[in-house]
Amino acid sequence: MKYLDEYRSPELAQKYAREIRTITTQPWTIMEVCGGQTHSIVRYGLKDLLPSQVELVHGPGCPVCVTPISHIDLAVEIAKIPGCALCSFGDMLRVPGSCGDLLSSKAAGADVRPVYSPLDAVKMAQNDPSREYVFFAVGFETTAPANALAIRTAALWGLTNFSVLVAHVRVPPALEAILTSPGNRVQGFLAAGHVCAIMGTQEYVTIAETYGVPIVVTGFEPVDLLLGVLCCINQLEQGRHEVENPYSRVVRECGNSSARSLVDEVFVVGDREWRGLGIVGNSGLHLSPAYRSFDATGKFGLIAPPAASPSECQAAEVLRGRLKPDQCPAFGCRCTPEAPLGAPMVSSEGACAAYYRYRPVESP
Amino acid sequence: MTDANFTNVRCPIPSVDQSIVQLAHGGAGRIAQKLLDQVFRPILHNPALDELHDSARVTSESGKLAFSTDAFVVHPWRFPGGDIGSLAVHGTVNDLAMAGARPLALSMAFIIEEGFKIADLMTVIESMRNAADRARVAVVAADTKVVERGKGDGIFLVSSGIGEMVAERPILPTSVREGDRVIVSGCLARHGVAVMCARDGLDLDPVVESDSTLVHEPALALLKEGIEVHCFRDITRGGLATVLNEIASAGSVGIRIEEARTPVREDVASVCELLGLNPLYVACEGRFVAFVAEKHASRAIEILRDYDCSKGATDIGVVEGRAGQVVMKSLIGVDRVLDLLSGEQLPRIC
Repeated sequence: MKYLDEYRSPELAQKYAREIRTITTQPWTIMEVCGGQTHSIVRYGLKDLLPSQVELVHGPGCPVCVTPISHIDLAVEIAKIPGCALCSFGDMLRVPGSCGDLLSSKAAGADVRPVYSPLDAVKMAQNDPSREYVFFAVGFETTAPANALAIRTAALWGLTNFSVLVAHVRVPPALEAILTSPGNRVQGFLAAGHVCAIMGTQEYVTIAETYGVPIVVTGFEPVDLLLGVLCCINQLEQGRHEVENPYSRVVRECGNSSARSLVDEVFVVGDREWRGLGIVGNSGLHLSPAYRSFDATGKFGLIAPPAASPSECQAAEVLRGRLKPDQCPAFGCRCTPEAPLGAPMVSSEGACAAYYRYRPVESP
Repeated sequence: MTDANFTNVRCPIPSVDQSIVQLAHGGAGRIAQKLLDQVFRPILHNPALDELHDSARVTSESGKLAFSTDAFVVHPWRFPGGDIGSLAVHGTVNDLAMAGARPLALSMAFIIEEGFKIADLMTVIESMRNAADRARVAVVAADTKVVERGKGDGIFLVSSGIGEMVAERPILPTSVREGDRVIVSGCLARHGVAVMCARDGLDLDPVVESDSTLVHEPALALLKEGIEVHCFRDITRGGLATVLNEIASAGSVGIRIEEARTPVREDVASVCELLGLNPLYVACEGRFVAFVAEKHASRAIEILRDYDCSKGATDIGVVEGRAGQVVMKSLIGVDRVLDLLSGEQLPRIC
């Protein structure tokens, strides 16, 4: 494995930061879409390198944060069914639902298993036919292919004790929802590099043209992010609005066609509820008819309960980029990673968690 | 009188499968005695243990002692670069050295799950003995309990150690002074990554080996050479970031380190990156941080680099700034608070 030190080079970062300062003549608001990008920006303190006219707002790109409370509640309910194991990626476990999170359900005796890969859950189901295994399939287009592969593998192996609770979301409809929401301030996007690695860049061309916004495909290292900001400001300053891909070491225009065809086989596009954005048309992936027998909600006869966010939690505003985490009155006092009011304070990619964890040094 | 049907008679003497640990091995009868006589004593034997009394007698020359205890529940019990037996010895000897003490004696309690293989138990005890030999210390007291299957996780160890103070000055967080240099003894996060890969079957190539090892020799060498060491801390659970926060808080000092100087091996950094973990919060089991008077910092690093386990010793920062706060200069030169984690690090989704 190669570790990419060159994309953390202080000299290169300073060079791009200088170029950004040189070309910026007026205020611009840019949204980075992915939670991983938000964390890098805050962790490396990139804001301190940018001119004051450039504002980075944080988008709804943390899969944990946008999963609605109703789905967390369903997962908790499934984990409590006797003889049933709920398998999930680690960072879903601490997200609070209406009545606690998956980790506290586990401590109280529910069978919750953190896994690194959805295929681990399929193998568990194969090795233990006496138990039902349910995988909590969350994430953007990035995780959809691996989850699709797991479901197809379970079908190939003829497993009847494996199912999935699907909460997959798609990025492009969310960008359109943000651009059309009242009071939108976003003038350009840093698109999530890993999502584009799967889906390619074609979907974004229409959005860039329709709404007149530059969309720059961006990676996750400090140098990638500064280069993304530089390209975006360059376009804004020149009045251009194109899809640009400086992250070409990972992303090809056509994406990854085998991954996409796997997703197309197992999932179909449909409406989806997002925490913060409400129901967004065509923004979700659901099991296609051929694989619907793997749907855990159907299998266990569960209906997503209506759930309200805690009234004080401003996650909706944060996820739309209208509020910075540290502008929330509860931030750092009534809402901390130990006692979170909402998902963005819990998830490793959540904007509130990033602000809390990598807060700047206060002057003495 | 009808013929007795001897085929149905069951012998009242329990037959014990000698290949696995059974509940009877934790009792007080012959079976338990046999385990002690055939497994524990031949491997661990030493004059103090061989007295077979309720307590071992230990002699101290200076009369100033350090005393430490630690529990080990690592899963899996065997991991690349070590096992729970060596880990328990390393952990306890290192804890004593962090107070400036030379190890005098160790005790070890074994909590074994019914069904654990005797051969594996012997592996653990042998590895414990080898580690103790390297530390020139003996396990002078031991105890065994067996718990029912499903009520343990193979094997747990609880070890305690007594050490004789070598340090003339108190080696404590409250001894740390403004201007002290912060020195780490080598690359970080290997133990945590090795165990995580072994536990979850992450089949990485090359395999990351744990850094579990004894560090008392280089630590005590600093004291013998007259280096003004104000505090030591072994970088175990929670990693470097956590122990620096503990010292900053307990010693009421500020600590400022540089990310670019914190040593993390490339393969370890890659695994952490892949799993979404920050290596500064991942455990080591053979690394320590030393707070040394600035005037002695270069000499301290020279001394540390003479030892295999600390040949990667490096100066990562300084004691300065707001009391209780750890600040890290990021790779691109921006200062950020390096805080405690709220809980365990969890692997991320993507």
